[in-house]
Amino acid sequence: MSRRQRLVPYWLLGPGLLWLLLFFVVPMYFMGELALRSGSLTTGFTFTWEWANFPDSLSGHTEQIVRSFFYAGTATLLALAIGYPLAYAIAFRAGRFKLLLLFAVIAPFFTTYLIRTIAWKTILSDDSPLVGVLQALALVPEDGRVLATPAAVIAGLTYNFLPFMILPLYANLERLDMRLIEAAKDLYASSRTAFLKVTLPLTMPGIVAGVLLTFIPAFGDYINAQLLGGTGQAMVGNVIQSLYLNQRDYPEAAALSFLMMALILVVVSVYIRFAGTGAFMGDEDERERV
Amino acid sequence: MTAASRAWAWLRHRALPIYAALAVAYMLIPIAVIAVFSFGATPNDKLTFTLDDGFTLDYWRTMFDLPELNEALFTSLKLAAFSTVISTAIGTAMAIALVRHRFLGRRAANLLIVIPMATPEVVIGASLLSMFIYYTFALGFATLLIAHVMFSISFVVVVVRSRLIGFDRNLEEAAADLGASPLATFRLVTLPLLAPGILAAAMLAFALSIDDFVISNFNSGTTVTFPLYVYGVSLRGVPVQVNALATLLFLVAVIAVALVIVQQRRAERMAAVRPEPVVA
Repeated sequence: MSRRQRLVPYWLLGPGLLWLLLFFVVPMYFMGELALRSGSLTTGFTFTWEWANFPDSLSGHTEQIVRSFFYAGTATLLALAIGYPLAYAIAFRAGRFKLLLLFAVIAPFFTTYLIRTIAWKTILSDDSPLVGVLQALALVPEDGRVLATPAAVIAGLTYNFLPFMILPLYANLERLDMRLIEAAKDLYASSRTAFLKVTLPLTMPGIVAGVLLTFIPAFGDYINAQLLGGTGQAMVGNVIQSLYLNQRDYPEAAALSFLMMALILVVVSVYIRFAGTGAFMGDEDERERV
Repeated sequence: MTAASRAWAWLRHRALPIYAALAVAYMLIPIAVIAVFSFGATPNDKLTFTLDDGFTLDYWRTMFDLPELNEALFTSLKLAAFSTVISTAIGTAMAIALVRHRFLGRRAANLLIVIPMATPEVVIGASLLSMFIYYTFALGFATLLIAHVMFSISFVVVVVRSRLIGFDRNLEEAAADLGASPLATFRLVTLPLLAPGILAAAMLAFALSIDDFVISNFNSGTTVTFPLYVYGVSLRGVPVQVNALATLLFLVAVIAVALVIVQQRRAERMAAVRPEPVVA
């Protein structure tokens, strides 16, 4: 291959990689730098290797961090419970409705995220019929509310990130070789055993990808907590947002945000070590381990 | 068989479809609420949970009568258009490099494309703001564009890549055999076959840009996009026109996607036409 030909991929990749380096990687450096500064908004922030910002940002917001894990974790489990049977039904039982159902799954993406969440706010508001039904069933106390409770935030998170759970699950189930399940049944496995011993292990990659793609954005989200939650439902995202944009305590905000990024990098790199970048790229080509 | 056990058998057989139908309903309820409420007369023109005051087309008629909303929508459309063109061009080139070439640093490039997709938006927004603060860069349309192109690139790469992987390279070889130059082959064979993938990627980039709130909120300065406008008014009460507009955008998106699917199927049928193998 000539020298010119060897350079072709670099020319093709160049602009995009440069953009990602300058506006994704480099900003992380500046966030780290900002996290090591001290001072206040009035005196200005100076770089002083203020390592204490990191532990301080954690200890000052333990409550919101624990809550984020709990809310995002619950929402992810709910999304799995709702998404797995739905993805299974779309993959194997939908027949000619398959495309229509897939369409329904991505339909929420066609309306603005914020407007969808505001719609939930209306649905869960105190005078809504749904809340009336829940009260009649005694699932909610007679004078109880749904809006501004943890349940409302978790419901919103589950709803908003459900497609991210369903799509990788569907992609995985779709490729499942049905002959393996038939073989299991031929060997006298009950439906239950065949599911637990064959289907479930084979769809584990889809489950893990779905769990990551749901948990990560849910963990960092602050819209649901802000619009559907009350004063006691703030998550880490709300803290970062408010420290950056309202209180302008940049170092603490940057430290907290940096730690969140570090946590996610660890989780994602462990995942990629085992599964490759394929699940995120949506194909099998990248199963080679990075 | 008793009635109870028959009912149980029926339920067992139907459990999965019923569950799936409920799940789909759950996904569609907010969209239905948005659409229904765009026709509901409310006493103060703000969203409340009543349709008691009857059906009206007022909000569809006055959809473009709110100057602030118009301005925000125009900013969003302009931003999404620029961001789509840039990220689709850059991302398509990257996808071609990643699928067609084996080169040093390929895995690192893959990682750099994947990680932004797995990063919470709050972190992307905050880190960009940190950099802009450091350089005392004025926040506004330019910083929004930088951010939108950045988070769109990865998704464009993923979509175009998946199209490229299923690409029949024999068609390109045939063109070359028939004397087409590499550039002519690319223009006349590769690009048209790739077009549905590029179009899908561009639509995704457009949708991501027009929908983005979190990253924009960090880097917008005083520029107001459509989601930022909605957020601003949500504290006071959203004008019902927003619902009408959201429903309209939804319909446009549904029609656009339906057209792309139809077009893609046609392209697949065309690509599938191969000469029958000669049987000796």
